[in-house]
Amino acid sequence: MSQTPQLILDSIAFERDDCLLFSGICLSLESGEILQIEGPNGVGKTTLLRILSTALMPTAGKLLWQGNDVARHRQLYLQNLLFLGHLPGLKQSLSPIENLIWWRRIYRDRSPLTNEEILGSLGLCGYEDIPCYALSAGQQRRAVLARLLVTEAPLWILDEPFTAIDKQGVADLEALLIAHARRGGMAVLSTHQDLGIANVRRFPLVASAEVV
Amino acid sequence: MGYGFAAILRRDLLLAFRNRGEIANPIIFFFIVVTLIPLGLTPEPSRLAEIAPGILWVMALLASLLSVEGLFHSDYRDGTLEQLVISPQPLYLMVLAKILAHWLITGLPLTLLAPVLGMMLSLPAAGYLPLVLGLLMGTAVLSLLGAIGAGLTVALRKGGLLLSLIVMPLYMPVLIFGASAVQRSVDGFSVQGPLAVMGALLAFSLLIAPFATAGALRVSMHG
Repeated sequence: MSQTPQLILDSIAFERDDCLLFSGICLSLESGEILQIEGPNGVGKTTLLRILSTALMPTAGKLLWQGNDVARHRQLYLQNLLFLGHLPGLKQSLSPIENLIWWRRIYRDRSPLTNEEILGSLGLCGYEDIPCYALSAGQQRRAVLARLLVTEAPLWILDEPFTAIDKQGVADLEALLIAHARRGGMAVLSTHQDLGIANVRRFPLVASAEVV
Repeated sequence: MGYGFAAILRRDLLLAFRNRGEIANPIIFFFIVVTLIPLGLTPEPSRLAEIAPGILWVMALLASLLSVEGLFHSDYRDGTLEQLVISPQPLYLMVLAKILAHWLITGLPLTLLAPVLGMMLSLPAAGYLPLVLGLLMGTAVLSLLGAIGAGLTVALRKGGLLLSLIVMPLYMPVLIFGASAVQRSVDGFSVQGPLAVMGALLAFSLLIAPFATAGALRVSMHG
């Protein structure tokens, strides 16, 4: 079944300090697709994902969401977007449950799952009320991943989501991604790992050697 | 529309409660300086009464300046600010919620503490009401204007000095009218004029500052 692409990147380029990081990136994403951005360190994966999240403006090119230019229909796009960046947005002095409550309020989550169930499914059972600064890096990552369970956004943009989590956590996250894709959701993620998911599209990001 | 506002307000107040020590800092600074003045200058009530309005206002202003630097800092460092900037909700309202929370944890306690400190500086009885009314509005203006500077400097590694330079000129009308309201009341004049100006400053900054701050944050985040 051929679908119309939901998200289109139309010759995106980004320039920093007069140095062209990448250019001419054309991609399209359909419902149910998972796209893995690959490339060596420093090639601009995070930058590309931040452009996709609209946290950065591309130097040239544009993003289209369901045929609408994101620069002009930003609100519409942002309502459909979940961005999990390098910095997790986790409040260290709050516990995982308090962080989760805050995200649920912001996302207006009305799912019947309780906070304990969500954190329990991420393997944080028994750690709900411990301040995040006292948790390990992997546990903090898991607390951040709770956001994926309380959003209805169809487009996930995940920057290195597998950092610091153990094998079981990787499997859990892969299961989340598969379920998301099955519901018709889309995901763009950057990771160096080989994913255990079938039908992942890979996009190798190559450095642009040009100096402007 | 307002749920983002309420969520941020609640979270910031909870965070402030968790980091009580940090939050109490400007208030303790205010308290210590005002306690030291009679020891360092003179304990004589008539001379203290003369300088009390100015001292109280200058200290309130500095205490506010001290605390406003951290307004967006922790949110910037842990990535929350990025999430807020790309959230589909109006940044204006979310910024306003952060400013309101900041005022509730610094401006309001300063205002409530001020009469006690006025007593330590032998402020004449006529000065208390204009002092509290002035601070009530003035500290809110300081939080609002300070937020613009905090938004502009949040992405800079050493933004503290720059923040003071940006914000200080904006703070001056507040200081002038606030201190003069107290002084005029002590001297037996009407305080309606300066307090009305303060109210106008509050109304103006309430309208403009959240927009300006939201713009400043966007500029800071886009780097």
